[in-house]
Amino acid sequence: MEARLTSAPTTRGGAPGAGARPRPAARLRLLGLLLPALVLLAVFFVLPLGKVALWSLVDARDGGFTVAYYARAVTETIYLRVILNTFRISLYVTVICLLLGYPVAYLLATVRPRVASLLMIFVVLPFWISLLVRLYAWIVLLQKSGVINALLLRLGLAREPLPLVYNFTGVVIGMVHVLLPFMILPLYSVMKGIDPNLMAAARNLGGTPVQAFRRVFLPLSYPGIGAGMLMVFMLSIGYFITPALLGGLKETFIAQLIEQQVSVLIDWNFAAALAMLLLAVTLLMYYVFNRVLGLDRIWGGV
Amino acid sequence: MGWTGSVARWAFYALCGAVFVFLIVPVLVVVPMSFSSSRYLQFPPPGLSLRWYANYLGDPEWTGATIRSLIVAALVTGICTVTGTAAALGLVRGTFRGKQLVNSLIVAPMVVPVIIVAIALYFFYAPFKTWGMPLIGTVPGLVIAHSLLALPLVVINVSATLRGFDRNLEMASQNLGASPLTTFRRVTLPLIRPGIVSGALFAFITSFDELVIAIFISGSTARTLPVKMWEGIRLEIDPTIAAVSSLLIAVSVALLLAVALLRREQP
Repeated sequence: MEARLTSAPTTRGGAPGAGARPRPAARLRLLGLLLPALVLLAVFFVLPLGKVALWSLVDARDGGFTVAYYARAVTETIYLRVILNTFRISLYVTVICLLLGYPVAYLLATVRPRVASLLMIFVVLPFWISLLVRLYAWIVLLQKSGVINALLLRLGLAREPLPLVYNFTGVVIGMVHVLLPFMILPLYSVMKGIDPNLMAAARNLGGTPVQAFRRVFLPLSYPGIGAGMLMVFMLSIGYFITPALLGGLKETFIAQLIEQQVSVLIDWNFAAALAMLLLAVTLLMYYVFNRVLGLDRIWGGV
Repeated sequence: MGWTGSVARWAFYALCGAVFVFLIVPVLVVVPMSFSSSRYLQFPPPGLSLRWYANYLGDPEWTGATIRSLIVAALVTGICTVTGTAAALGLVRGTFRGKQLVNSLIVAPMVVPVIIVAIALYFFYAPFKTWGMPLIGTVPGLVIAHSLLALPLVVINVSATLRGFDRNLEMASQNLGASPLTTFRRVTLPLIRPGIVSGALFAFITSFDELVIAIFISGSTARTLPVKMWEGIRLEIDPTIAAVSSLLIAVSVALLLAVALLRREQP
């Protein structure tokens, strides 16, 4: 028995499923395990999305093939403005997240592990608090009679309450708050993998701390920067709740436009075309993201 | 180095500190607001009272929505924990063609913007009413929709524990005469339990918090707690929402502690 045990194929540490080839019966059983999940996804995910894709290409009046809905989305000024606005605000949010998130990730990656895991609570706690609770809190903080305006007035930094919410400022603050953890986590996971001896070596070779950082650490953290920025931008362009609650009319996002078309204007085919455009951009970014850094590494760290 | 170095260092710490405050402050503000005696959102509150909590507990619309959300989340957790664990076993242990495709399919609902999933389900659900099993404005419709979003979280969590799993333990069990089912129940399951439990927690929170899909498909007959809060925030901001929020924060912190304890238990 002992001999059988030691000669048994082991997959520990190796590639998953790299063991002995399972017999056909075992293979069938494994597929059986996947079946319920696959049926659920096929019927309620793939099929509905397929329906949306189909509708985006079908004329609502005569049922014929058309690309008119796509053309309308990218040529008519009101819609084009919403699309460009979504990208513009998402870009601002992404850059601000990087500027705020990089130092924090650096701190987390360089302090003692005990301190890091304590500080990590600050980063992941928002994940656990309902999105609506957080946005509601920001409305309370940012409104005309809110905490921040009261503080600014008392300190004499403002003569009258500043408009901080239901506009561009409000959307950007809210989105940065919601998306910052998605920047910090990939940055942290990449920085954690950078050998600290490399920085020490750069210093020993006569480099200043700034040089060591700029020439050694920063380039090695590029994958984290790329992954974090892609992740934040990708999530941001699909956002609906945050701009709806903290933004004004000028900060309408694509998702809000889709919602309007569905529930107010009942133009389902046009909504479908907008959804397909948003989906195409998101999938493209996701593909690049996976190339830069696997999703597993991010989620493994949470 | 020297003077400029230490200034740079303090600037760095100050920035990091500011970011931590930024991340945590909103959560801290809501709790005192919920005990305010005023109907307006003044901070600090002019006096203390429990009227907003009483308001929440005394309003059948609020409590009804809460109970509905709990039911939906519990059903989603049950469904996803079973199907997700099975799928993770199949994915990690199986060697078959198209495995990568299956993997992508399972993660896809996390990647596709929720608004798209929401309208896709809204369109897809619409005709079910004429077939006598309405999915819009019903609990089953919400459960199915939320299961799509929660499933990948269970699969990811369980797969992670399965990958660090020593298969020799299962073989030892089988060599000692245990049936595959006994081996699964007595060896595999206890070892991957932490992954299953954290997956289940994620599934529960995902469903309990979900808003975008619920806005579209909960209709007027199956409003969930987030939908009720969403309407409240848009129409009349009164501190009842702060009371609900504080209760939700308490639940989140309790769950977070549960996960932390679970991690400690993990070998």
